[in-house]
Amino acid sequence: MRISRTAVAATAIAGLLLGLSACSSSDSGATKLDPNADLSLQTLTVSNWAAYNPEDLPAKFEEKFGTKVTITNHATNEEIMAKLTAGGDSGIDVAFVSGQFAQALAAQGLIENLDKSLIPNEANLVPEASKLSYDPGNKYSMPYSWGTTGICYRADLMKGNEPTSWNDLLMPKPQYKGKVTMLATERWLMLPAQKSLGYSINTQDEAEMGKVKDLLIKAKSNLLAYDDTTFYERLVSGEAVMVEAWDGWCNYGIAKNKNIKFVVPKEGSDLWADTMVVLKTSKNKEAAHAFINYILDKDVHSWVIDNILYKVPNVLRFTHASPPK
Amino acid sequence: MALAVKSEGRDAIKRRALLSRTLFLVPGLTYITAFMLIPLGFIIAYTFLSRGTYGGIEFIFTFENYTRALDSLYIGVLIKSIFIAAAATVLAFLIGFPVAYAITKLPTNRQNIMLVLIVLPFWTNFLIRTYAWIVLLNTQGFLNKGLINMGVISQPLELLYKPSAIVLGLLYAYIPLMILPIYSALVRIDPAMKEAAINLGATPAQAFRQVTLPLALPGVLVGAIFVFVPSVGNFIVPELLGGGKTVMVGNLIRDQFLKARDWPFGSVLALSMVIMLLVLFFIQARVNRRVLGDARA
Repeated sequence: MRISRTAVAATAIAGLLLGLSACSSSDSGATKLDPNADLSLQTLTVSNWAAYNPEDLPAKFEEKFGTKVTITNHATNEEIMAKLTAGGDSGIDVAFVSGQFAQALAAQGLIENLDKSLIPNEANLVPEASKLSYDPGNKYSMPYSWGTTGICYRADLMKGNEPTSWNDLLMPKPQYKGKVTMLATERWLMLPAQKSLGYSINTQDEAEMGKVKDLLIKAKSNLLAYDDTTFYERLVSGEAVMVEAWDGWCNYGIAKNKNIKFVVPKEGSDLWADTMVVLKTSKNKEAAHAFINYILDKDVHSWVIDNILYKVPNVLRFTHASPPK
Repeated sequence: MALAVKSEGRDAIKRRALLSRTLFLVPGLTYITAFMLIPLGFIIAYTFLSRGTYGGIEFIFTFENYTRALDSLYIGVLIKSIFIAAAATVLAFLIGFPVAYAITKLPTNRQNIMLVLIVLPFWTNFLIRTYAWIVLLNTQGFLNKGLINMGVISQPLELLYKPSAIVLGLLYAYIPLMILPIYSALVRIDPAMKEAAINLGATPAQAFRQVTLPLALPGVLVGAIFVFVPSVGNFIVPELLGGGKTVMVGNLIRDQFLKARDWPFGSVLALSMVIMLLVLFFIQARVNRRVLGDARA
C-alpha cells in the first residue's frame, strides 16, 4: 500500500475533474422536434411518486403510440432532484415534480422548454393553471394535480373545538397535546408558523425566519411526530386528532372515516401544483411531449381524481368524471 | 554455478508468488479504490468548497463548513447520536452475551438451528419490521389495547416517538450482529481452559470472569462495532420510531444532501463520522492485540 498515497490523490483529482466536466455541461439551445416522428422507435422512462398515476398507463400509452414506457418511482421531490442534478444523463425522460422544483430545474438549465404545438390538450386546463407563479404560461412545466395544505382532523374527537386557525395546531388545547402531527418537509413544516405570524411562506427575511423558528420549536413539544406519509392513518386509528395535511391525503382519511374533516385555516395557506417536465438529456422528446399531452386527455386526467383523490386543473373534470364519493 | 541456478529458480518462484498475490489483490483493491477511496476523495474535496443554490458545489474555497460543524447545535446532535447508539450497543451486549453463551451450551445441531433463527428476521425488509413496531407500540396499538383490556393500565402508555423508542428500534435491528461474533468467539474457547482454571481452585464464577470473558472480548468488541456503527448513522429508526423529533447525525447528513442541498456541509459531517469510526476501529484493534497477546503469554 506504499504507492497508494500519491496514486489516491491523483485518482481523486482525476475523478474530481471528471465530475466537474459532468457538472458544467449545461448547454442550451432547444432541439427542433419533429411532429411526425415515429414514436414506436422511442422509449420513455418516467419518474413519478408511487401510485400517483393509473396503473395501466404504460400499457395504454404503448397500445396507442407504440412507445414502451417504464415508470420508476421517487418518494420525495428531494430524491428526484438529487437524481436529476447529479450530473450527466439520469436516463429519465419525463419527471413529476412540484412547481418550485420545476422552477429550480429550469434555473439550472436541466429541463426543456415545452413545444406547445405537440401538447394541444393544454387547452383542457382551467385558465388559472396557466398563471401559476413558479412558471407563468407553463413554459417548461405542465400541471398534473394541485391542491392546498390545511388541517385534517377528527370532528368527533374535537367536538366544539374544531380547528379554524394554524394556532390551533401549533398551540393545541391541553387535551390535544401529543395528538398532533406536522409535515416534515421543510416548506410545509414552516408554513403553519409563517402563516400564523402573518408572513409570506416565501419569506427570506432573517428576522421573520427567526420568529418562525422560535414558534416551531415551541410547537414541537406538543407534537406526536413529524409525519409526511402516514398522518391520515393516525387520524383513522385515533392516535392523532389533528394533523397538518395536504388536501389529497386528507381525502384518503375521509374515505375511511366520515368523521375526518379538512379545513384551510383562516390565516391562509398555499396553492401547490405537481407538474410534469421534460429533461434536456432526453433522447425521446417527441414521445415525452406525446406522454404529457396524453395525460392531459380528459379520460386519463379524470382517473387521477377518481383514484388518488387529488384535484386536477382540467376543465373536463367538471363535466366528465363521476362525482366524488 | 549450481547454486546460482538454484537461487535463480527460487527468485522465479518468489516472483511468481508475488505476481499471483498481486493478481488476487486486484479485484479487491479496484473495488476499494473505485467505491471507497475515490468517493472519499470527493467528499474531502467538497468539504473545502461552497454550496450551490440548487445543490452541487461552487468552486469557492472556504473553511466555513468546518467552523460551522463546531456549532454547539451540531456537536449536540453528534453527542446525542453517540449516546443513543451506545445505549443500543450496551443493551445488545447485555442481552446478546447470555444468548450467545446459552447457544454454545446446546448440542451442535441445535446450535445451528438457533443461529438460523437469529438471522431469520433479516429475511424481512428492515423498513417493514420497523413499521411493525409502530403497529405494536402506538397508543392505539396491540400492546396498549391489550393492557387496557386486561385492566393493567387505564390510559395508554406513550411508548413511541422519543429517544428510548429509537434505542429499542436499533437494539432490535442490530442485536443479531452482537450475538453472532460473541458466539463465534465463545465456541472457539477450548473447554480445557476453564477446566484447568477450576482444577486450579477457581470457582465457576471466577473461571467465567477471568478466563471465558477475556477470551470472548474480541468477539464482544467486533459485535459492539457491528451494532454501534450502523446505529450511529441510522436515519430510518429516528424518523419512524422517533417521530422525526430526535435528529441523529445520519438524519442530519441525509438532510444536508437532499433537503438543505448543502453538499459541502454534509460532506464535513460525513467525514467526521468516518474519522470517528476509524478511531473506534483503531481502539478495537489495540484492545484485540493486547487481549490476544495476553492469552498467548
